[in-house]
Amino acid sequence: MRHIISILVENESGALSRIAGLFSARGYNIESLTVAPTDDTSLSRMTIVTTGTEEIIEQITKQLNKLVDVVRLVELTESLHIEREMMLTKVTALGGMRDEIKRLTDIFRGRIIDVSDTSYVIELTGDSDKLDAFIKAVGGKSIIEVVRSGVTGIARGEKALKV
Amino acid sequence: MELSGAEILVESLKREGVEFLFGYPGGAVLHIYDALYKQNDIRHILVRHEQGATHAADGYARATGKPGVVLVTSGPGATNAVTGIATAHLDSIPLVVLTGQVPRAFIGSDAFQEVDAVGITRPCVKHNFLANSVEAIAPIIKKAFYVASSGRPGPVVVDIPKDITAPNVKIPFEYPDHIEMRSYNPVLKGHPGQIRKAVDLLVGAERPMIYSGGGVVLSEASEALTEITRTLGYPITNTLMGLGAYPGTDPQFIGMLGMHGTYEANMAMHECDVLFAVGARFDDRVTGDVEKFCPRAKIIHVDVDPASISKNVKVHVPIVGDVKSVLGDILDVLRQSNQRPDSGALNSWWEQIRRWQADDCLSYDRTSDKIKPQHVIESLWKVTGGDAYVTSDVGQHQMWAAQFYKFDKPRRWINSGGLGTMGFGLPAAMGVQLAFPDAQVACVTGEASILMCIQELSTCLQYDTPIKVINLNNRYMGMVRQWQEFQYDGRYSHSYVDAIPDFVKLTESFGHVGMLIEKPQDVEPALKEAFAMKDRLVFMDFITDQTENVYPMIEAGKGHHEMRLAPARELA
Ligand SMILES: Cc1cc2nc3c(=O)[nH]c(=O)nc-3n(C[C@H](O)[C@H](O)[C@H](O)COP(=O)(O)OP(=O)(O)OC[C@H]3O[C@@H](n4cnc5c(N)ncnc54)[C@H](O)[C@@H]3O)c2cc1C
Ligand SMILES: Cc1ncc(C[n+]2csc(CCOP(=O)(O)OP(=O)(O)O)c2C)c(N)n1
Ligand SMILES: [Mg+2]
Repeated sequence: MRHIISILVENESGALSRIAGLFSARGYNIESLTVAPTDDTSLSRMTIVTTGTEEIIEQITKQLNKLVDVVRLVELTESLHIEREMMLTKVTALGGMRDEIKRLTDIFRGRIIDVSDTSYVIELTGDSDKLDAFIKAVGGKSIIEVVRSGVTGIARGEKALKV
Repeated sequence: MELSGAEILVESLKREGVEFLFGYPGGAVLHIYDALYKQNDIRHILVRHEQGATHAADGYARATGKPGVVLVTSGPGATNAVTGIATAHLDSIPLVVLTGQVPRAFIGSDAFQEVDAVGITRPCVKHNFLANSVEAIAPIIKKAFYVASSGRPGPVVVDIPKDITAPNVKIPFEYPDHIEMRSYNPVLKGHPGQIRKAVDLLVGAERPMIYSGGGVVLSEASEALTEITRTLGYPITNTLMGLGAYPGTDPQFIGMLGMHGTYEANMAMHECDVLFAVGARFDDRVTGDVEKFCPRAKIIHVDVDPASISKNVKVHVPIVGDVKSVLGDILDVLRQSNQRPDSGALNSWWEQIRRWQADDCLSYDRTSDKIKPQHVIESLWKVTGGDAYVTSDVGQHQMWAAQFYKFDKPRRWINSGGLGTMGFGLPAAMGVQLAFPDAQVACVTGEASILMCIQELSTCLQYDTPIKVINLNNRYMGMVRQWQEFQYDGRYSHSYVDAIPDFVKLTESFGHVGMLIEKPQDVEPALKEAFAMKDRLVFMDFITDQTENVYPMIEAGKGHHEMRLAPARELA
């Protein structure tokens, strides 16, 4: 099962390696990991997408909580939440393909943010499935480069991960 | 008061009540050594190898309950300390380890004696810090002691770049008397609802079993555990780390459990219907095959570390909290309730246990003309009145010490259980003897283990630690040889050392007393003679039966009810 864990950590130099190190030392999977400071600059927020059985996810959250730098964490996938990932895609855009790709970008509510004679760069935000679907729709042959930010997320409603 | 970083560090250690600093100097810590030179409150113990420093501090911590403190230089000083740090980590022992670091401006430049000490130790500490300014030193030391000794204890490393300890930069010194860490707040009080559930389950049991571990020792909860166990009248077993937390000579104590535990303890685990696990972590040496673990039991687990709960074995009533506090609450509920265990069921359970005990699983050949290692430990127990501090190394001798020295008090049995570090015993004994100069301190070791930190005999002379080294010399890495006998058809691949030193001469060259004991009848008199030398370290080289095995044993993949017992012997 796929799980999204959001973590508030002290914004200190060693914190990221402590968390990454925990996953590698204990053999847990990381699908993606994003991190950036929050509005409170003493804190960073990290979002980790991982997979595992219920027991493994329970151990992961307990082990993360045990790290002295971790202030709070929540497993987003336990309740209603929104997840978003941003993707930049550079595609070949020649002749008739230029319009075709523009149309596809509109359907996916993406934006073309760079144009050259032969290529576009498209910015697209959504959940991971939507980004996958876009890549499929564009087709492997046209794609020059793909950059994904990794997943971030937030709970729906008033619930918040704050200190 | 304006102080340099080095002076602030030393002053902070004083505020933490540090008596001993186990250390070894080098370039990166010379400012600190200079500050130490100018004071008399903290006693610096100059070891002969940084591994020895960490083990000595660890032994001190295990015996006293106070954090052990270590100071080493950068680079090789720090890497030499890693084994001791990892040893303390796996057994949850509070240490504060100060490592020197190259000056801040040089960090990351592959400078002379630079290693990333924070990076190297990260996976084997409870937490670590890099002090990055003079101002940071005092609050970091405060935090280091707090984190090391609270909740589930463990080692904390503080890496200190040389330039922040320099004598020319002085700042006003103030030691914080309180520290707030929003990210670190161990839960100590158990949930009342869970406690009530636990009591219901406990008193309703027909075949109860109490399984307690190192957490009881760490929490200073022996009294509470003893009171609950006696109130209920239930059988109790201890892990290797928990020995002494419940009196080993008490009739309700049915021995250690696990791989080399007693037959009765393991059988009772297998048959029990309610298991009360207290401050123990369901280690693989204890559970055997987890698929076969306590098949009929509802399990209650008290542990201060939520990550210990349901890690290896799913439990029914988890209670997160400090053992002492939770046991106190359980006792209160028990006293107020009129529920009492079913005495008929309990009696037949005890009858069953007595039948298992009648097998006498720890019996050995007492008529042999060779020295039996078990006999040495029994004699040690007798000669020391069961009241010594016993440290050990790792191997068969460790198991015999655990099985045959009946510890009645906590903090008397000091060994590396989790990491199983050969070389631990002698430096640990040194730390214990420094803490308790008048106590009887024995280090039970083997001829292979002792050579891993033998250099500390020199430290022992310098600081007058009259330890008694009990070397069970079987001329084999016995524990390895035993596994090779059982699992590799007796192919003794490199478990034999061909050039064992003359330990008597070796000891004498270090300025101590050496004794060679070769006959069973000499064992007890020799021990008496050695312990009578109250101010001398005596190294006792016991030439023991070479191929004696540790029984009983749960072999790989087996359950508690599938123990391998000693082969039948003609018993005298
Ligand atoms: C050669 C060899 C053979 C061995 N054979 C055996 C064997 O036969 N039997 C055996 O038992 N062991 C054996 N061991 C030791 C084994 O490897 C483990 O070290 C040991 O079983 C762990 O003991 P424990 O469960 O008491 O946990 P510890 O390592 O002592 O852990 C303590 C537990 O208590 C918790 N705790 C700490 N402080 C508190 C507190 N204040 N309040 C509440 N909880 C707290 C911790 O979170 C942790 O879960 C052997 C080791 C070696 C080297
Ligand atoms: C540092 C280290 N290296 C290797 C081991 C593996 N090991 C466990 S017991 C043992 C043999 C110990 O021999 P000895 O000290 O003579 O004790 P005995 O088993 O003979 O009593 C070895 C090599 C270990 N535990 N620690
Ligand atoms: Mg040996």
